Amino acid sequence: MHQFKEKLIKYFFLLNGILVIIILVSIFYLLLKNSWPAFSEIGFRGFFASADWNPTSYEKPGYGILGQVLSTFMVTLGAMVIAVPLGVATAAYIAEVANPRIKGVLKPVIEILAGIPSVVIGFLGIVLLGPVIADTFGLSNGLNAINGSILLAIMSLPTIISLSEDAISSVPDKYREASLGLGASRWQTLIRSVLPAGLSGIIASVMLGMGRAIGETMTVLMATGNAPALPGSFFDSVRTMTATIAIELGEVPYNTTHYYALFAVGLVLFLMTFIINLVSDIILHKYQEVE
Amino acid sequence: MKKVKYLGLITLILVLVVVLAGCGGNQAQKKAEKAKEQAYIQIKGSDTEVNLVQHLAESFMKDSDIKISVTGGGSGTGIAALINKKVDIANASRTMKDSEIKQAKENNINPVRIVIAMDGLSVITNEANPVEALTVKLLGKIFRGEITNWREVGGPDLPISLYGRQSNSGTYVYFRDHVLKGDYSAEMKRMNGNAQIVEAIKNDKAGIGYVGVGYVVDERGNEVEGISILNVARDENSPAVSPLKPENVKTGNYPLARPLNQYTNGKPEGAILEFIKFELSDKGQDIAIEEGFYPVSPQYQELNKKNLGLE
Repeated sequence: MHQFKEKLIKYFFLLNGILVIIILVSIFYLLLKNSWPAFSEIGFRGFFASADWNPTSYEKPGYGILGQVLSTFMVTLGAMVIAVPLGVATAAYIAEVANPRIKGVLKPVIEILAGIPSVVIGFLGIVLLGPVIADTFGLSNGLNAINGSILLAIMSLPTIISLSEDAISSVPDKYREASLGLGASRWQTLIRSVLPAGLSGIIASVMLGMGRAIGETMTVLMATGNAPALPGSFFDSVRTMTATIAIELGEVPYNTTHYYALFAVGLVLFLMTFIINLVSDIILHKYQEVE
Repeated sequence: MKKVKYLGLITLILVLVVVLAGCGGNQAQKKAEKAKEQAYIQIKGSDTEVNLVQHLAESFMKDSDIKISVTGGGSGTGIAALINKKVDIANASRTMKDSEIKQAKENNINPVRIVIAMDGLSVITNEANPVEALTVKLLGKIFRGEITNWREVGGPDLPISLYGRQSNSGTYVYFRDHVLKGDYSAEMKRMNGNAQIVEAIKNDKAGIGYVGVGYVVDERGNEVEGISILNVARDENSPAVSPLKPENVKTGNYPLARPLNQYTNGKPEGAILEFIKFELSDKGQDIAIEEGFYPVSPQYQELNKKNLGLE
C-alpha cells in the first residue's frame, strides 16, 4: 500500500514535468509550422534583410523585420544600461548596508513596484515621461526609444533587485570576515569579494530582467510611437516585435502571408529569449563549478 | 494514509476534467451564446465609434431588457470578429473590403451595412502652429512623407511629426485610401486610438494627426483646448472649410466627410433591429450630435431603408 502510494506520487510529479516539456515542444512546433509558409513565400532575404514592414500596404506589401529587431534590441539594451547598475547597487545596499528598519520598508515597496500593471506604466510614459524627455532633449515629442527604455528599466528593476539581493545575501559570511580581517574596507569587501562571489546569481537576475524587457508589449506599444521606419538613434520612434504582433494579430485574415509572417516574428522572438535563457543557464553552471 | 491516496487520485481526475472541459468548452459556449442571442447584443470595432455607440446603448438599455456590450479595438478587429461569428454587430468607420466580404461569404456570413451617423474626419495640429488650412493634396504629401518641414506649407521651421492610427483602424484605412492614395510615411507614429492622438498633439508643437470629429469637441460643442482644427480644401480652387460646421459635412463640402457604419450578419432582426431602429430615431441621432458627430445624410438614409427592408 505504502509503496503504491509512493509510486503514484512519483508518477504524478513525473507527469507534471513531462507536461511542461510537451507544452514547450508543442508551442515551438506550432510556431515553426505556422511561420514556415512565411519563409517560403517571402524568402529569408526579404524577411531578415529588409526593414520595410508594411503587410497592409496600398501599393506593395513588405515583410522585412530588420527595423523591429533593431527596435527591440535598442529598447532592451537601453533598459539594461539603466536598470543593471541601479538594480545591483540597490540590491547591494539592501543586503549589505541598510539597517533592518530601512530594509523592512524598501523590500515591500520594490515588490509593489513589480505589481503595477504595464498599461499604467505605459500611460505614465505618455503623459509624464514623454513631455519631460521632449523638454530635456529639445525634441518635439517624447515618444521614442529612450522613453521605452526608461519604462522597461523601471519594470525590470524589481526582478533584478530582489534576485540580486538574494544572491548577495547568500554569499557566506566567511568571505566578508576574511576580507575585512585582511584590512580591506567595507567598500573593497563589497566590490572585490562579495559581488564576485554572488556574480552567477546577479547575472541570472539580469538575464531574467532582460527577458522581461524583451517580451514586454503594452508599455512599449503605448510609449514608443510605433513608427515602422528603421530607427537611426534613441531619439527616434521605434516599433518592437511584440508591439507589431499585438497591433496586427487582431485583424489579420487567417492563413495569409501576413498571418504567417506574424508567427515568424513570434518565432524569432521565441528564439531570442530562448538563447538568453540558455546563456544565463550556462553562465550559472560555469560559476557554480568554480565555487 | 488512504486519504492521501485519494487526494492524489482526485487531483488527477480534476486535471483530466479540466483538460477535457477545455476541449469541449467551445461547443457548450456556442450553444449558450445562441440561447442568449435575443437578449444580449455584442458590438465591437471602430475606436472612433466606440464612445458614440456606448452612449447609444446606455440610453437604449434604460427602457429595455436587452443587454448590450460595446468594445473598441479598431474597425478591422470588429469586422474580423463579425466574420468569425464572435459579435452581432461590427462598428466600422470604413466600408468592408472586397476580400473581407468574400471571406465573410465563405464563413456563411452575409454582411449588411447600416450608416448610423456622419463624421467629419478632422485634421489637427498643436495650437501654437499658425497653419490654418491645407488642401487634400498637401495633406497627402505630408502623410506620405514627401513634405517633411512645416516651412514648406507656410508654418515655422520645424520638422513635421506625424501621428496616425494603427493598421487595424478604419480611420487609418479611410485616410490612406481617400487622402494619401499611397503608403503612409514609415516615420508616422502609430497610435492606439483617437484620444491618444489628441493627447500627443497637445504636447507636440510640430505634430499633425487625424481623428474623428467627436474627439475634437467637448460636450458643449467647443474645440478641445491645446489643439487647432485645420480647414481642409478639396483642391486649390475650392475653399477650405471646417468640419465643425454641420452643413459642411452634410453637403459633402468638407472633403473628409464620411459615414460611420455598422455591419450585421444578414438583415437585422429582433433585438438587433430594435437597437438599430433606436440609433436611427430622432433620439438616437440627437445623441450622435451630442457626441460631436452629425446625423445621417439623406443619401445614406436611403441606403439604410433599403438594407433594413423598410421600403
